Amino acid sequence: MLGLALPSFAAGSLPAQLAFSTQPLAHLRLLDIAVIVVYFAMVVWIGFYLKGQSNTSEEFFMAGREMTAWIAGLSFVSANLGSLELMGWAGSAYQYGILATHWYWIGAIPAMVFLGLVMMPFYYVSKTHSVPGYLDLRYGREASTVAAVSFAIEMILMSGVNMFAMAVVMKVVLGWDMTFSIFVSSVAVAVYVGLGGLRSAIFNEVLQFVLIWGGALLVPILGLIQTGGVDGLKRQIMHNMKTMTGGTVAGDSYFHMWRDLGSFSANPMGVHWTGIVFGLGFVISFGYWTTDFLVVQRVLAARNLRAARMAPIIASFFKMATPFIVILPGLLGLVLLQNPDGSRRTLVGEDVVAACGENSGGAIAKVDVCQTALSKTTLTPTEQQKVLDGGVNGELHSYNQALPLMMVRYLGPGLLGLGITALIAGFMSGMAGNVSAFSTVWTYDIYKALINKKGSDSHYVLVGRLSILIGVAISIGAAYLVMHAHGIMDYVQALFSIFIAPLLAAILLGMFWKRATRMAGFIGLLAGILFSASLFMWVKLTPAALASVALSPDAKPMAENVFRALWAFLFSAILIIGISLVTKARTDADLNGLVYGATVLPKEEPVAWYRSEYTWALVVAVLFVALNIIFW
Amino acid sequence: MHGSKIPIWFFIGVLLSIYGALIVGYGLFEVATGQLADVQLKELHAPLWWGGTLLVLGVLYVIKFRPRKVE
Repeated sequence: MLGLALPSFAAGSLPAQLAFSTQPLAHLRLLDIAVIVVYFAMVVWIGFYLKGQSNTSEEFFMAGREMTAWIAGLSFVSANLGSLELMGWAGSAYQYGILATHWYWIGAIPAMVFLGLVMMPFYYVSKTHSVPGYLDLRYGREASTVAAVSFAIEMILMSGVNMFAMAVVMKVVLGWDMTFSIFVSSVAVAVYVGLGGLRSAIFNEVLQFVLIWGGALLVPILGLIQTGGVDGLKRQIMHNMKTMTGGTVAGDSYFHMWRDLGSFSANPMGVHWTGIVFGLGFVISFGYWTTDFLVVQRVLAARNLRAARMAPIIASFFKMATPFIVILPGLLGLVLLQNPDGSRRTLVGEDVVAACGENSGGAIAKVDVCQTALSKTTLTPTEQQKVLDGGVNGELHSYNQALPLMMVRYLGPGLLGLGITALIAGFMSGMAGNVSAFSTVWTYDIYKALINKKGSDSHYVLVGRLSILIGVAISIGAAYLVMHAHGIMDYVQALFSIFIAPLLAAILLGMFWKRATRMAGFIGLLAGILFSASLFMWVKLTPAALASVALSPDAKPMAENVFRALWAFLFSAILIIGISLVTKARTDADLNGLVYGATVLPKEEPVAWYRSEYTWALVVAVLFVALNIIFW
Repeated sequence: MHGSKIPIWFFIGVLLSIYGALIVGYGLFEVATGQLADVQLKELHAPLWWGGTLLVLGVLYVIKFRPRKVE
C-alpha cells in the first residue's frame, strides 16, 4: 500500500507527529462512534460469511479466480488507495501544488494500461499464483526465491508500518491510545483475512473504495463552494503565493504539471522532467503496477483473461479521478485552513513539528531548536512568535494533517465518523493486502517450494491461515519496533523502492526477450537489489550524494527516489542482457506461455466494440493526454 | 459476484443504507431543532443531501443485488 506513493511520510515523519500533538484534532460524537462500529461489524460479518467459500487453496489464495473485471479492477486500484497515500499526497499537494498529480497520472495510467493489454496474458496464461511464481517458471528457483523472500519480508514489515501509522493517525486526530488502535485493527484483519482469504481481502478493498469516496468526496465539493470554484481557488492561491514559497518559485507554478520541469530549481518539488518521465513514469510506475504482487494478485483473481485485461483499464479511470479527492483538498487547504482567530493557518514540515515538541508542562521543550526550525519556514515573524508563545492560535500542524484538518472543518457528526471510517478502512485494507499477499508467497513460493512439496491441498490452506495469524503477530512486533526505534521506518519504507526496479528489469526482459537466461535472471535481480540498496545507503549516510544520484545540486529528496530507481533498473537490465548473451538460452517450446514471441495466446470470444478492452484503453489514453495538456 | 450467494454490492448497499439513514437522521434533527453543528457551511445542510445520496444509493444496491435463491 505504501508502495508507489511515498511523499512526506517517507522521511520517517509519522513519529514526529506525536512529538507536538497534545490536543486531538477532532472529537467524535456518539453518532461517529456508531458509524465506526458498524464498519467493524460489517468486515467481521464478511469474514465469517466468506469462510465457507475459502476451503481449497485456489479459493483461499486466489479467490477461486472468479472475480469480475469490476471487482478485480476496484480492488486493484484500492490496494493503492490507502490512508497514508490520501493524507500524504494531500499534504504534498499543499507543498508542491498539482505537481503531486504526476504520481496519479503518468505515475500510474500508462503502466496500468500496459499491464492490462500486454502483460496480463502472460501472467494469466501461465496460471501462476504469484509474481515470484512467474519468475520460477521463467528463470528457475533461484530468482524466484530471491523475489519471494524479499517480498515476504517487505510485506510483513509494511503491514507493521501500516499498523503503526494508523495508530499514530488515530492518536493525533482522535487522541486514541496507540495500543488500542493496534490491537483492534490487527484482530479485525486477522479475523477477516484468516477466515475468508484473498476473497475477503478483495471484498474489503472494494468496500474501502466506496467508503473513501463516500467519506472524502464531500470535502472538495464544499471547499470549492467556499472558494467560489476553481477560478476562485486559483486566484486566492496566487494571492498567497509569495509567502508560501518564499518567492523562490514562479507565481503560478502550483498549477502547472509540466511547464516548469525543465530545471530542478524552477518548480516547488525540485524535480526534472527526465526523472518524472523515465524514473517515475517508467521504472517506478511500471515496477509497481506490473510487478508488485500486492496489486497484481488482485488481477490474477479475475475469472477469465478478458476480465483480467479489463480490470486494470477500469481501475485506470478511477486512478485518474483520484486527485479530485486527494490533490484538490490539499490545494484548498492552502487558502481555507484557519487558526481559531480567523488568520490563515500555515502548515509546516514534520521536522519543524518535531523540533517544536512540548515538554510535560505543555511548553516548548527546546526553544532555540524550535526557533531555528521556524526560521526556515514560510511563517511570518508574528506567526513564529505565536508558536513560541503557545496557545491555540500558535499550534503547529504538519502538511500531512491537511486532509484531516479539512475534514474537521466541514464534517459534522456522522459525516466526520464516515471520514474517519474511510481512513481506518484504508489502513486496515492496507494491512489485509500485505498479509494476504505475504500468506500466498510464503505458502506457495517458500513453504511449498523449499520446505514441504508434498502436502495436501487442505494442508496448504491450513498453512495459509496460520501464516496470516503469524504474519499479523509479526506485524504487531514490527509496529512496536518502529514505535520505539523511529529511524527504522525510513528503511522499511525504502524496501519497496530498493526491490522494485531490479524486479521490473527481470520481469520485462523475461517476458519480452526469449534470450534471457536462468543465471542472468538470478544474478541481475540479486545484484540489482544490492546496487539499489547501496545507492540508498550512500545518500542516507552522505546526504550530499543526492546531487550525484539525481544529477543536480538543486535536486530535492523527491528526486532521489525516481533517479535511484532509474539507475537500479538500468544496472539490472544491462547485467541481465550481458550475462544472457554468454549463457545458454531455453528453447522456444520451453518458453511457451511465458514469453512474447514463444507463446500462442488463447483466442478470445469476439465482443461488441464498446465492450472491448482496446476501446476502453483508447478512451483512457485520450483522457490521459487531454488532462496533461489541460494542466500543462 | 459469480459463484457467491451474496455479492459484494449487496454488502455495500447495506453499509451505505445504514450510514445514509444515520446521517440523514442527524440532518433532520438539525433542521428540526435548529442546533447546527459547529462546522463551515453548516447552512448548506450537508448531512441531509449527502446522507440522502448515500441512502438512495444504498437502497438501490440492496434491492438490485439482494441474495436470491439459486436453482
